[in-house]
Amino acid sequence: MNDHANTTDSAIAPASTRRPSRKGLGWIALAIAPIVLSGCQIPGFGINEGVTESSHKVYKLWQGFMVTGLIVGGFTFLLIVYAAIRYRRRNNEIPRQTQYNTLVEVLYTVIPTIIVAGLFYFTIVVENPEVAVIKNPPAKVKVVAFQWGWRFSYPENPKVNIVGQTTENPELIMPVGETIQVDLSSLDVVHGFYIKEFSFSQYAQPGVVNKFDFKVDKVGEFQTQCTQMCGLYHSLMYFKVKTIPASDYHQCLTSSNSGDEFVACANKTTPALYHRNTATQGATVHHG
Amino acid sequence: MKFEARLLIWLGVFIGIMGIVYGVWSKEWGGTAMLIGTGILGIFPGLYYRWWSKRIGERPEDRDATMAEGAGRIDTFPGSSIWPFALGMGCWALVLALVFGTWFAVIGLPLVIFAVSGATAESRRGGDASGH
Amino acid sequence: MVDTLQPTTEHAHGDDHGHDEHHGASGLLNWLTTTDHKIIGMNYTVTSVVMMLLGGAMAMLIRAQLTVPDGGLVSLAKYNELFTMHGSIMIYLFAGPFAFGGLANYMVPIQIGAPDMAFPRLNALSYWLYLTGSVTMLLGFFTSGGAANFGWVGYAPLSNAVNAPGAGADLWIGALILTGFSAIFTGVNLVATIFYLRAPGMTMFRMPIFTWNMLVTGILILLAFPVLTAGLVMLYCDRHFGTHIYDANGGGSPVLWQHIFWFWGHPEVYILALPFFGMVTEIIPVFSKKPLFGYKGMVFATITIAALSTGVWAHHMFTTGVVLLPFFSFMTYLISIPTGMKFFNWIGSMWGGQVQYTSAMLFAIGFLLTFLIGGITGILLASPPLDFFTHDTYFVVAHFHSVVIALVIGAMAGIFYWYPKMTGRFLNERLGKLQFWLLTLGGLLFVMPGYLVGLRGMPRRMAVYIIDPTWQNLNIWSSIGGFLMGISMLVFAANALKTLKAPKTAGPNPWDGHTLEWFTTSPPPHHNFYSLPNIKSERPTWDYFHPDAPALTHDDHDPSHVPGAVKADAQ
Ligand code: HEM
Ligand SMILES: [Cu+2]
Ligand SMILES: [Cu+2]
Repeated sequence: MNDHANTTDSAIAPASTRRPSRKGLGWIALAIAPIVLSGCQIPGFGINEGVTESSHKVYKLWQGFMVTGLIVGGFTFLLIVYAAIRYRRRNNEIPRQTQYNTLVEVLYTVIPTIIVAGLFYFTIVVENPEVAVIKNPPAKVKVVAFQWGWRFSYPENPKVNIVGQTTENPELIMPVGETIQVDLSSLDVVHGFYIKEFSFSQYAQPGVVNKFDFKVDKVGEFQTQCTQMCGLYHSLMYFKVKTIPASDYHQCLTSSNSGDEFVACANKTTPALYHRNTATQGATVHHG
Repeated sequence: MKFEARLLIWLGVFIGIMGIVYGVWSKEWGGTAMLIGTGILGIFPGLYYRWWSKRIGERPEDRDATMAEGAGRIDTFPGSSIWPFALGMGCWALVLALVFGTWFAVIGLPLVIFAVSGATAESRRGGDASGH
Repeated sequence: MVDTLQPTTEHAHGDDHGHDEHHGASGLLNWLTTTDHKIIGMNYTVTSVVMMLLGGAMAMLIRAQLTVPDGGLVSLAKYNELFTMHGSIMIYLFAGPFAFGGLANYMVPIQIGAPDMAFPRLNALSYWLYLTGSVTMLLGFFTSGGAANFGWVGYAPLSNAVNAPGAGADLWIGALILTGFSAIFTGVNLVATIFYLRAPGMTMFRMPIFTWNMLVTGILILLAFPVLTAGLVMLYCDRHFGTHIYDANGGGSPVLWQHIFWFWGHPEVYILALPFFGMVTEIIPVFSKKPLFGYKGMVFATITIAALSTGVWAHHMFTTGVVLLPFFSFMTYLISIPTGMKFFNWIGSMWGGQVQYTSAMLFAIGFLLTFLIGGITGILLASPPLDFFTHDTYFVVAHFHSVVIALVIGAMAGIFYWYPKMTGRFLNERLGKLQFWLLTLGGLLFVMPGYLVGLRGMPRRMAVYIIDPTWQNLNIWSSIGGFLMGISMLVFAANALKTLKAPKTAGPNPWDGHTLEWFTTSPPPHHNFYSLPNIKSERPTWDYFHPDAPALTHDDHDPSHVPGAVKADAQ
């Protein structure tokens, strides 16, 4: 949890430097303090850690951004409301006609610059490993989207093809604990390959093959669907991701003669854990 | 007029430089072409205005001036004209021809030609719509 | 002190000929043949507000459909048409035309002391192209295949002849070509007017900030729109002439469409936003009885935004996997700086002032608060790792609606501010305040659940969400917010209709305004001015009416002075 505290602390540092220069801002400090002081307890702000190596880093990045955003946004919000109320019209006197104040103007140029420089830095730190792909991945899957379904095929065993349309909800099986590389493309229009618990999405496009790696660390089942508008049945273009221990994965994959067999085998090794309505990720979780 | 010209030139140059950086870094020709094209789109009128500003010198609106200094300047504006409407309808027919078939163009094309010549003739007669 | 600028007219026009005094058959002819920027501006304003109401009505249907997971109100196919047309109408037919065709057309010439736009006939043509373009787009609903249904972004290849065979798609393309040219003509006109028709003494750095914003908007239109028009022509060729420009199977590239679309589309975001920035920047100082704080800084921030806005387009394409992530992320962070700075100009303008809570001012403050939310979430989206899991979810819908709802609120600020100038009549302030609360709180209630449900994985453009019925609660809240906004628009319509019978009591300068439009009558005469004051600063009207007011101050010249202790030395 240490590096995670670091991320947020340094991300908010520039914002806090402007606090002393204004009054009435103790309120912000008060509001933010519990969050900052509680360290590891920073809330997820609507997302969870996810189940891949990258998604954990993305989670911390998100926390850092949200804390920074709340401080900067809250500060500005309160300043607007404060100015509007504190300086409401009381009489018809003409106030001092202040037009420029170099110090203030320099401050509100420099401070935001420092803040966004920090944000950009942490973005790059998380982004580079997330989009990097390794040379010889131990597992590979080819994902092809089409109107309105998905085909998952595994180069390791050409007999294994999993195909499903709309609410047939085809299953994409992935190993836990080792890197799997996805080759993503589309037969017709642009589709969106999105897995919430991986905190990731990518377009499936005709004429483009997108490659990316996942290193999943939890067993589970994750319901998802196409996210990019792709025509009539876009809202019904489902698929499901199932992650199983790597040993089971390879054993099932090599022993199966069809996609159906592979799915059945995978489901046998790991009971269906998933319950969309109550859980966002596998209920009982063991690290692969 | 000097600042106006400079504004366009700076914008164009900035976008052009961005285009070069982007092109070298990304090797993606579509965006590079659009950036550099857009840069040129800024620089060209900017250069024109620069040339023009040198020719006409400083105008009363470029410096401290009283209203009286503008009194000699006369701009002419057309009071009213049917040609924009006619041209608009012609263009509309042409666009509908793209959708519903060429027979719309049979209405649209003559209307456009008629309206453009009408507007030009109107300008010749003195209803010049330009600022100068 | 008052000298006159006398423009001549070709035809003898009654000089105090107001725009709303046409009657009968000759009235119709006058309307068709007018080249007066004020009448054209009014036409634009009214048409675009009608478009907003239409697009809003579609939004109501969308929100009603989403109150239950399995829809049932409209079919999957109709739903796709609805959100496509809602988005297209709001972006292409409301926000832009309202700002640069409507209020800017009306106000910019007056603000710089000009008798009309530089090219009045081109201006009229621009309106006719806009009107016919709007009709063309709506015609789609009456074709057998229905309206366009591929989203307002028209991504290839969903928009090709195979996937979108109907006439609705062609009508959509045709409409965008027409409105695209209309925008370009207005852009040309704005730039030429501001460059050539300023009154003596109205130097660039004495121009009202709204005019500055419109100048930069005009330039951006000229830089961005040609690209879109070219892209649309190619799309049409792909659909009908057998080219394969965006067709991967024919050697083309679907991603190219995205590049072209967003190369226009991101500057377009600023083409939409800058005018509204300009409006509130005009309004806040007036109702604080202060000059704009940091005028020059704001001008340079606006120019910087224009320059950078051409280099950020692919932040809409982070998940394509084929764009240079660090470049576009970096550029997006850069552009957030000048955008963020504006907030402090606005706050600084209120600071130490006498803030008067007119409806216009309330709307302006509402704009700041709503836009702030959209701005902060925009910063999150500029980070590719965070965009990856929010892209194409309701998080993004909520983000850009925070922005566009701010624009609607800003539009209301502009309308309440300039309505007396354009009509001579006041809008009802009490109804205005009621509308303010409905619109702002409704807007918040609409977007906030959207952020949450987006983070919980709800994709956008979903006609049904039986995949996860737990999203329903948040959607219901969001719909309630949407309906409140709908009601606020009815309040506005009632307010506007009510004024039709009201007496013209506004007078030339009801708000103690700063800029030249408040120097002339309400509504202004045919060529705008009977007389003009000398222009010595960016507040000529203020200077004229407050000859003894304290002079402008630069706080650094007076080190004893700190912000917050302003009141003490007023007078
Ligand atoms: C009463 C106010 C509004 C409500 C309730 C509303 C509602 C919605 C909803 C629910 C969607 C998402 C549809 C979907 O993805 O399934 C949407 C999309 C959209 N809205 Fe709005 N909206 C409102 C106002 C506006 C305004 C003022 C603008 C622009 C100026 C706007 C522009 C858009 C755009 C561009 C889209 C995307 C369309 C697409 O996905 O292709 N909306 N709106
Ligand atoms: Cu799809
Ligand atoms: Cu889809």
